[in-house]
Amino acid sequence: MSDAQTQIPVTVLTGYLGSGKTTLLNRILSENHGKRYAVIVNEFGEIGIDNDLIVESDEEIYEMNNGCVCCTVRGDLIRVVEGLMRRPGRFDAIVVETTGLADPVPVAQTFFMDDDVRSKTKLDAVVALVDAKHLPLRLKDSREAEDQIAFADVVVLNKTDLVTEEELREVEATVRAINPAARIHRTQRSGVDLREVLDRGAFDLSRALENDPHFLEAHDHDHDHECGPDCDHDHHHHHDHRHHDHDHGEASAIHDVTVQSVSLRGAEMDPKKFFPWIEKITQLEGPNILRLKGIIAFKDDPERYVVQGVHMIVEGDHQRAWKEGEKHESRLVFIGRELDAERLKNSFDACQAA
Amino acid sequence: MPTVAPLDLEGHCIATAFIGGVPYFALADGVVHRLDHGHKWTELHDGLLCATFDTAQRRLITGGEDGKVCALGANAETEALAEIGRKWVTAVAIGPQGAIAFATGKIAHVRFGDGKIKEFAHPRSVEGLAFAPKGMRFGVARYNGATLHFPATEGKPLELEWAGAHTGITFSPDGNFVVTTMQENALHGWKLADGKHMRMSGYPMKVKSLSWSAKGRWLASSGSPAAIVWPFQAKDGPMGKAPLELGTRGNAAVTCVSCHPSEEIVAIGYNDGMVLAVRFSDQKEVLLRRPGKGAITAMAWDEEERRIAFGCEAGDCGVIDLTG
Repeated sequence: MSDAQTQIPVTVLTGYLGSGKTTLLNRILSENHGKRYAVIVNEFGEIGIDNDLIVESDEEIYEMNNGCVCCTVRGDLIRVVEGLMRRPGRFDAIVVETTGLADPVPVAQTFFMDDDVRSKTKLDAVVALVDAKHLPLRLKDSREAEDQIAFADVVVLNKTDLVTEEELREVEATVRAINPAARIHRTQRSGVDLREVLDRGAFDLSRALENDPHFLEAHDHDHDHECGPDCDHDHHHHHDHRHHDHDHGEASAIHDVTVQSVSLRGAEMDPKKFFPWIEKITQLEGPNILRLKGIIAFKDDPERYVVQGVHMIVEGDHQRAWKEGEKHESRLVFIGRELDAERLKNSFDACQAA
Repeated sequence: MPTVAPLDLEGHCIATAFIGGVPYFALADGVVHRLDHGHKWTELHDGLLCATFDTAQRRLITGGEDGKVCALGANAETEALAEIGRKWVTAVAIGPQGAIAFATGKIAHVRFGDGKIKEFAHPRSVEGLAFAPKGMRFGVARYNGATLHFPATEGKPLELEWAGAHTGITFSPDGNFVVTTMQENALHGWKLADGKHMRMSGYPMKVKSLSWSAKGRWLASSGSPAAIVWPFQAKDGPMGKAPLELGTRGNAAVTCVSCHPSEEIVAIGYNDGMVLAVRFSDQKEVLLRRPGKGAITAMAWDEEERRIAFGCEAGDCGVIDLTG
């Protein structure tokens, strides 16, 4: 089968009204980057470009009839993607724009749970646009804003020109507190380099985390550091020293954050213990887990193993050989709600090889 | 020995039909090809999403990405039946007295024979459409069930509820049953007289193709390594009865089924492009076409019950002549 070659990458664009999604979409559609995108939007509305490959679609969330409350898919996407894929060759990739209030989870799960969609497309990354000025307000009045950040692989912190450096630091710390694993880009007028948004391979096990060479390495205190695992912008937090490593006050200054992350690290694991454990955790805690990502070192295994998941869906595969001098350690991050960090840590530790 | 006259096209074939003895092949790019003293074609849409054959009027009804609903008759006569703007027309159905129905988003539109259009708004997307065999009545497959409308009157619609996403719909030819395909790997049915449910599950894949056998005695379906054929002769339909499994193959899946117009025989198309004909009574199989470039996506019998026009995902279409 030639599925691997013909799977079309899909980028999901989330973000509140006014966060700059339309501006970014217009750039994706109009800039000369050598690729053709099909774009699925909720309303043609403000996209000022006439293009046959812009498809309007009513958000339609379907609960799967399997008794699992978190098994939701976007029915309209199944239909539109199927339609688009019957005429391949017109485009190289798909971008799905969600409404401001959209839950990103059903969108992402569509690309794992529907066999037809899955055979023809692959989720590339979830990108969240965040309005730097209005984020604190958004977090107060909606859970969706938080979910969008928690779920993202890439966060575009937009409209940085409308806030002070101090405010920007706080907003970025909040984003980081919600999602320690995302890549953050500070921008104005959605002026992010499109290569940082498109074709990321964030869900591709052979590439996931490879993009993030410092995945979870930088810090042990994951709840609060401002500096992401991979921050590639200029910032100066080292200069303003404010309890950098124990900055709980900063993140929790935004009282409205309900998402938490639990970062775990350990030595080499016993696969006979680890796999039943991850399966059980995702079965039991699935509804509370928005995302999980990890690199696992198994005892006597020359290759590193990567896992990633959405709610109850977990995927894992060997990625590549451990490099010479690379530390054989296991790292795993859970992003979700009502996670019992202590219990996760203890049970994770218990999976280590004797 | 059956023979195959191939027609190699580019693109996904949505539907095939015989109009006045001429085979037609509707492709996803919006072009409808035909073999009428040579290969000819007509461009109907910029992107064709759905098509169905209107037996009474002998025309193909199509819906497109361009928001148009078209009719294509004998000698490739075309007529634009409706133009709805920039919305995708995702389903079409044929009704009595020249009526048709089509779906855009959450709206089911009925266009009566006189050209008047009536809209039926739904709270969720209209996924599938079908008219009942008798009377002016049509069904909509939707999330959590199906809705039956009486478009000629102001009567209240009949709601049939069953949890889950219903993606396609068909009435039994006697009008006694409604069957839907679902997002999960199952069919669901209702006996209209008493609303009794029928669960038809156990498929390893989604069911995308359904076909009623002559007189509606059986319902053939895709979605498995065999054609799953449910008995509908009894008054409660297939309840408590096992279906026939015809043309089972270990390494392939059935993607398209099309029952013979008068005999209890089904043409079965597979994901590798093979086509078999199988008789219900003794399960005798005849190879009609060897595997091709991709899955069979459309099949239609001609009126003489002698030929089958087939279409594929990869564009390798053709006509099978059973008499050789």
